[in-house]
Amino acid sequence: MQSSYADVARIIPEIFLTSLALLLLMMELVTKKKEFIGFIGIIGVVITAYLTLITNPGRAFSDMFIVDGYSNFFKLIFYLNVILTILISIRYLKIEGVNLGEYYSLILFATLGMMIMASGTDLIVIYLGLELMALSTYVLAGFLRHEIRSNEAALKYFLLGAFSSAFLLYGIALTYGMTGTTNLKDIASYVTQHGIAKNPVFTLSMIMFIIAFGFKIAAAPFHMWAPDTYEGAPTSITAFMSVGPKAAGFAAMGRVFFDALGPIRLDWVAVIIPIAILTMAVGNIIAISQTNIKRMLAYSSIAHAGYALLGLIAGGSEGLSSMMNYLLIYAFMNVGAFAVIIMLRREGFKGEDIDDYSGLAKRHPLAAGLMLVFMFSLTGIPPTAGFVGKFYLFMSAIRAGYTGLVIVAVIFSAISAYFYLRIVMYMYMREPKAEVELSTSAPLGIALAITVAGVLILGVFPSIVIHLAKASLLG
Amino acid sequence: MLAEIFFAYFAVVIVLTSILVIASRNPVHSVLWMLLLFFHIAGLYLMLDAEFLAAIQIIIYAGAILVLFLFVVLLLNLKEEIKGRPFSRIFVIALVLAIGMAVVISSTMKLLPPGPVGQYSMDMIRATKGGNSSIIGRVMYTEFLFPFEIASTILLVAIIGAIVLAKKRLRS
Amino acid sequence: MVPIQWYLWLSVIVFSIGVFGFLSRRNIIVIFMSIELMLNGVNISLVAFSHYLQDMRGQILVFFVIAVAAAEAAIGLAIIISLFRNKATAHVDDIDEMKG
Repeated sequence: MQSSYADVARIIPEIFLTSLALLLLMMELVTKKKEFIGFIGIIGVVITAYLTLITNPGRAFSDMFIVDGYSNFFKLIFYLNVILTILISIRYLKIEGVNLGEYYSLILFATLGMMIMASGTDLIVIYLGLELMALSTYVLAGFLRHEIRSNEAALKYFLLGAFSSAFLLYGIALTYGMTGTTNLKDIASYVTQHGIAKNPVFTLSMIMFIIAFGFKIAAAPFHMWAPDTYEGAPTSITAFMSVGPKAAGFAAMGRVFFDALGPIRLDWVAVIIPIAILTMAVGNIIAISQTNIKRMLAYSSIAHAGYALLGLIAGGSEGLSSMMNYLLIYAFMNVGAFAVIIMLRREGFKGEDIDDYSGLAKRHPLAAGLMLVFMFSLTGIPPTAGFVGKFYLFMSAIRAGYTGLVIVAVIFSAISAYFYLRIVMYMYMREPKAEVELSTSAPLGIALAITVAGVLILGVFPSIVIHLAKASLLG
Repeated sequence: MLAEIFFAYFAVVIVLTSILVIASRNPVHSVLWMLLLFFHIAGLYLMLDAEFLAAIQIIIYAGAILVLFLFVVLLLNLKEEIKGRPFSRIFVIALVLAIGMAVVISSTMKLLPPGPVGQYSMDMIRATKGGNSSIIGRVMYTEFLFPFEIASTILLVAIIGAIVLAKKRLRS
Repeated sequence: MVPIQWYLWLSVIVFSIGVFGFLSRRNIIVIFMSIELMLNGVNISLVAFSHYLQDMRGQILVFFVIAVAAAEAAIGLAIIISLFRNKATAHVDDIDEMKG
């Protein structure tokens, strides 16, 4: 049971990222130029990504941690997310007047928590990774301390997050009491060997896990915190939260539900199907009536969690890889849309009302064009990546025999066209109201270039990411 | 028989104080009931031969967390707040939900299958020098080294986060 | 010896009282304390399981839960203080800057 060098070698990316976060914290003391801290952070994350790719796959720390294709794919989503977030934050933080170095290290700590969630194969490790991610994100959501909306966002996120993690713990306690272990694989093999998979206690712990992860991925009816939190949090953090913690929630969910709760797969699928339908319904229908674009994207993000659940329901390597794909594509298109929103923010002007987008195409055709691409992609219109993601997701669900569910999902996606394209309509068909100036900067430009390239390239050549996701499941 | 009587005492006090924690109008009273509650939970841990956790429960929960709560309650000075309604409008729904949950979970608990029996029997723990604490220490630093390190990072994040949020003035 | 079910029932009761407090109280600090109650309820279960299974895992997990609870308390109370600086209320239903 002693940890050896081989164990430590598996967590080198995590160790490196922790050191990086500490380094950024130190740099806060010596450098006046906070954007410099951001740049060091980006370089560090790129190195971490490289280290992740060269780490030998395998298990470590008495089977609590695993490096495999599944975890590596999710880690790449997290790295992409953190790099894009830092790029869009650099100028935004100055505008908001909270240009602090701690911001960058907290983002990195949150990413560290996500990595641990994706790699954890023990419920204790998953719980701790989730808390590390959540605690860092609570602080980031409340980072605009002088603004009451940001305080409120942090408070709601915190209270419901802590509430849901108590449920997670109860689920862990019950499985532990039944099986005497917290290791995912051991739980499954113990319940099948002793024929207690159908025991109500196991079902109860499954329900606790669904509640807990439902809160984390903002699935209805556990989504109440998401709209307020997404609206009130700093815009860069909204982008970060709507991709990273959500993907991490799905990563941990995939592991827990397939590895530990695999023996009762039909039971949890039966619970998750209504949740997926409700999530798509709530997200898409309430989004229609929103006037604040951040709030609208919050509901849209709820709806997208509903689509991604389809991959989990379909299961198998095809279902999981289509879910992973979708989360990667979602990272590109969603952070891209938030980057455009951040561009409209300047001193004394929020730029969060959908009205503010009126006639944007006349004054700033490039920004409007980019927003158009992201909105098309979020709707799922070809040739954007959003279409490809949805297509594979729906195909895998049909092949697994959930045709009815896919029909529902297609109907809701058609409804979603209404509110996404409304923004396009505002930009192209309305007269500009007031002078809207853009606050552009080089990092923001790079972020936009990366996201739009991602959306278009993956839309035209989808095979790249499909192969990557499939290969990562086999490896 | 003695064990049952002790359990009954702890259980009654724990349930009563938990109700008082959430029913007290004044948050200061809630904190003080919570203090009593934590001492009795520590007593329960002693009955379950978890001496180390009983100590931790008092040192960290009662000694650190509750003191923090008390500080904040006094800092916020909630004189006006106490006069308003303590409960929200969904009082009845919440009550039904909580009671329903308690009934469902406790009735499933009857069906709990006996789990596997591990190596740390009472005899084994008594035979070890240092007892419960020494075994926890050994397990923590070998088998659970990795989670232990994550926990340390969580505490670091808590320090950074609390300072960022609660410090008086921003520099920039 | 006390049957394990007794401990589990006690744990369920404490957890449910916590859930009830979380859903029904208006004061943020009491809501936060309700979450602590829920965690303590789970901890009772974990220690009981640990004792009856003769395994250390449960106790280790409780140790981690207490560490996380301490971290959560620090951050949660910092959030409450920063909110209170902007708006002097501790009632959740008074905190409704965003509607929609």
